[in-house]
Amino acid sequence: MATIHVDGKTFDVEGSQNLLEACLNLGLDIPYFCWHPALGSVGACRQCAVKQFADENDTRGRLVMSCMTPAMDKTFIAIEDAEAKAFRKSVVEWLMTNHPHDCPVCAEGGHCHLQDMTVMTGHNTRRYRFNKRTHINQDLGPFVNHEMNRCIACYRCVRYYGDYAGGTDLGVYGAHDNVYFGRPADGDLESEFSGNLTEVCPTGVFTDKTHAEHYTRKWDMQFAPSVCQNCAVGCNTSPGERYGEIRRMENRYSGSVNHYFLCDRGRFGYGFANRKDRPTTPLLAGSEQVFTIDSALDAAAELLGSCARVLGVGSPRASLEANFALAQLVGAGNMCSGLGAQEQALNRQVLEILQLGLAHNPSLREIEDADAVLVLGEDLTQTAPRVALALRQAAKNRGLQMAAEKRVPDWNAAAVKNIAQNEKSPIFITSLAATRLDDVAAQSLRASVEQQARIGFAVAHAIDTSAPAVTGLNAEEQAAVTQIAQALLAADKPLVVSGTGLLASSLLDAAANIALALKNQGKAVGLSLALREVNSLGAAMLAAGTADLSLEEALNALINGAADGLVVLENDLYGRAPKALVDSALAAAKHIIVVDHQATATAGHATLLLPAASFAEGDGTVVNMEGRAQRYFQVYEPNYYNAGNLQKEGWRWLHALAATRNNTPVAWLNLDQVTAAVAQSCELLAAVEAAAPNAMTRIHGSKVAREPRRYSGRTSMRANISVHEPRQPQDADTAMAFSMEGVSGPTNSSALIPFAWAPGWNSPSAWNKFQVEIGGHLRAGDSGVRLLDPAFDAATYRTLNLSSASGLVLAPIYHLYGSDEQSARSEVVASRVPASYISLSTADAQAANVVDGQNIELHSGGFTWSAPLLINASQAAGLVGLPVLPTSPVVNYGATVTVKGA
Amino acid sequence: MLTANTPYSSLIATEKGQPFLLTAEEREAIEHAMHHYADPRAASIDALKIVQHNHRWVPDGAIHAIAEVLGISAADLEGVATFYNRIYRQPVGRHVIAVCDSIGCFLTGFDELYAALQTKLGIKPGQTTADDRFTLLPVVCLGACDRSPVLMVNDATHFNVTPANIEQVLEQYP
Repeated sequence: MATIHVDGKTFDVEGSQNLLEACLNLGLDIPYFCWHPALGSVGACRQCAVKQFADENDTRGRLVMSCMTPAMDKTFIAIEDAEAKAFRKSVVEWLMTNHPHDCPVCAEGGHCHLQDMTVMTGHNTRRYRFNKRTHINQDLGPFVNHEMNRCIACYRCVRYYGDYAGGTDLGVYGAHDNVYFGRPADGDLESEFSGNLTEVCPTGVFTDKTHAEHYTRKWDMQFAPSVCQNCAVGCNTSPGERYGEIRRMENRYSGSVNHYFLCDRGRFGYGFANRKDRPTTPLLAGSEQVFTIDSALDAAAELLGSCARVLGVGSPRASLEANFALAQLVGAGNMCSGLGAQEQALNRQVLEILQLGLAHNPSLREIEDADAVLVLGEDLTQTAPRVALALRQAAKNRGLQMAAEKRVPDWNAAAVKNIAQNEKSPIFITSLAATRLDDVAAQSLRASVEQQARIGFAVAHAIDTSAPAVTGLNAEEQAAVTQIAQALLAADKPLVVSGTGLLASSLLDAAANIALALKNQGKAVGLSLALREVNSLGAAMLAAGTADLSLEEALNALINGAADGLVVLENDLYGRAPKALVDSALAAAKHIIVVDHQATATAGHATLLLPAASFAEGDGTVVNMEGRAQRYFQVYEPNYYNAGNLQKEGWRWLHALAATRNNTPVAWLNLDQVTAAVAQSCELLAAVEAAAPNAMTRIHGSKVAREPRRYSGRTSMRANISVHEPRQPQDADTAMAFSMEGVSGPTNSSALIPFAWAPGWNSPSAWNKFQVEIGGHLRAGDSGVRLLDPAFDAATYRTLNLSSASGLVLAPIYHLYGSDEQSARSEVVASRVPASYISLSTADAQAANVVDGQNIELHSGGFTWSAPLLINASQAAGLVGLPVLPTSPVVNYGATVTVKGA
Repeated sequence: MLTANTPYSSLIATEKGQPFLLTAEEREAIEHAMHHYADPRAASIDALKIVQHNHRWVPDGAIHAIAEVLGISAADLEGVATFYNRIYRQPVGRHVIAVCDSIGCFLTGFDELYAALQTKLGIKPGQTTADDRFTLLPVVCLGACDRSPVLMVNDATHFNVTPANIEQVLEQYP
């Protein structure tokens, strides 16, 4: 603790921070540019100057940069000092000499940190009358726009992109007042986290190109607290809507999950919600009939009534509520959670391991604290990208420790970087081929799936000899095993990361054994297991203890006549089971009802297609890989713009269908009732209601406004349909209003934050005002509730069972853009999806007598597939890599295959 | 290898045409320089000077080639290359005239000297003569204010240069 004196007032502060951070924590505004809570201080921009006094008797004082001055005990400063204020006003004036007067046409306008700071310092008249320096902009790819003339040279972009995110293709060129931030040449930004530049940049140099395609000012968009739908990490997002279209995806701060940053798949992969081919009204195959909700339900009930046995196929991309409603509709024994047997078993295994409580399942923020990490098999940058970014920060802990030993505080970013040089906390990675995290790895081992499992088991044995030993490691691997075991044992916060990506239960067993071995050695170990989709874990929890069918079982039941009706919820079966199997099952089914928000191949076979709400038009709860249940909220009501739009949440359709079919009253009128039913019927999800405030919550008697205070044009935005402005849509499901009326901005009691805004703070920097302490947790609590924190009882070591297959084995290769089916339906993401290929190591390609780029065929059982060969020199021998892409077939990964030139 | 007599047009061709390849000698010299430092990145300036010595300037392609040898990113090396004004990122003539425009020379006749040079050579600062002989650039203090005005041609410093004795100085550089 320290006592500091600011403008004659006395405050107690934490003591380890700098003055800027300490003052912002106290709610005192000091303008700043180069400092960022996640990037620390470098003292470059000179904007945060305050006057410091030697003691209470010093009246003269001296100007210091608050971001570079520790908030030590007995510090006397003045923010409101006349000289300090004049200095800060001058700094903005200098920065603005080259900044164009283009706010009206700048995409940053209205959520611009530079605008806010210029207003805050009182610089309101331009005296500079000379030419401004200008630059030629670069094409940085489909995600990020570049407008260098707006640059104020704060260096945040290169510090974020290079130092924080590990990108190598964004640099700063030139010197003195003529510096340029960009790539060595035009081209796509290579980092998977480039979109954060749009929020890190305090002005409009880097802006969201997808937003510019259909631009709306921040104050004219309607927002809701949402959860990214594109992987299982569950980053918090704020989608902004105007005229029934998602216009932009902003990061929504969470002190536990993503804090300030998203990956590019999350930020730019929202376009699937805007697709013109989305079903918006019920469609009956071969009919032109126009349905109302009631007539659609009657038709659906009639279809189901004519079937002897109806199966339900749920989805890991649908909410808990929707999956639960489907299970209620079809009844016990008829529900399939929507996964093929292989993935279903793996997700169950993950849940089973997490339920043992043998290790803490860390949040993203806790992953950043790890000081030794083993990543077993999972290519995180491609499957759970935000975890990879968190591990990059974990690698810096060694440097922070070295700095602390020299009494350099962790916020002093340049000094910490200098002290650390190339020292990193040990991170070990096993993988099929090179990964995008290898540059921070102490060692990367490339090996087949089975060999990686052996390495994992051997590490467990090296930590605790009572864990089963394995054979079959070469000398290099054995040496690595010893090194990994020593590093994990020497760490204070060791972490093991694996996942279902390689579809290998042996890898999950290996990860569990290492966690148990460390626990047996008295270590507080973290275990993080990545899953594939937004609600993979939630769906597994919902299905736990029920007779959940695998997709193959469900499809075969249709083929052999054990069932004749099918209800598919938000799932494209063609992405999960072989085409021939799905084709015959759909052909055999008497009636198929599909409830989806996408026009998938499966939806094309529907007898009746019911239009589901996506994350943009509906509410729901999902469980991320951390076991955190989080709610996403409806952003807008589609029928406000067009009365014909009938998208409803999956649970609404399915529950109403059950009521119609059984001739019972509709019991669930709002989301809270469904969530309560889920909590009641599923033990693992008993606490799920705490994921978000319920619909009856009021802040000072009001609902929370989805629209900013300045939201304009509401009275005229429907004038092309009718000049009479209808009543705003009412929201029975949540404590938020489709309106600018209601609570807006920071309060201590609202966990519902649709967008970041505080008086005087229009940019994402406004998050400062919502946090208990800068960069910490949110004042009303971070989003969601952790569901899986069981006490450890007992666990036994697992044994290694490997098949004795020999020859080439088929292995999945993941791509950030493409391996997630839903985000790949966004146009801009689709433009980055790689073309189909088959990859081999150099040696295997030579053995098969095939050359790079040549069309080759792979054969496995009766299955054949051909694609151009990609020789990957980093790939382990014995593997045939087949990318998981929308264009790839559903195959049996792990099977032995042969390849030959086509 | 390019020499001081290599025509200007072929320097442009290096930029626009074939990918830039380091010669074995250049590569060796860069690798040698790397051994002087704990971090290979520290050899960036040496490496750029090695290439510039042979090519007069550093073409875009060379940035990628050098970065690969040093094991750093092209963006990183380009940052260094564009920071220093004596690393040329555009073609220059056979001889580079750097005229001091700092306070000492400013007081003793820089303006007249600079104007006379421009008239004599028929170029503006930053330009190269059509015969590829001279490039004219300003430079900050050369540390010889007592004998100002001062200019440097390549590595040689010339003192008390005035419009009257320009000819004499430039004649030494064919």
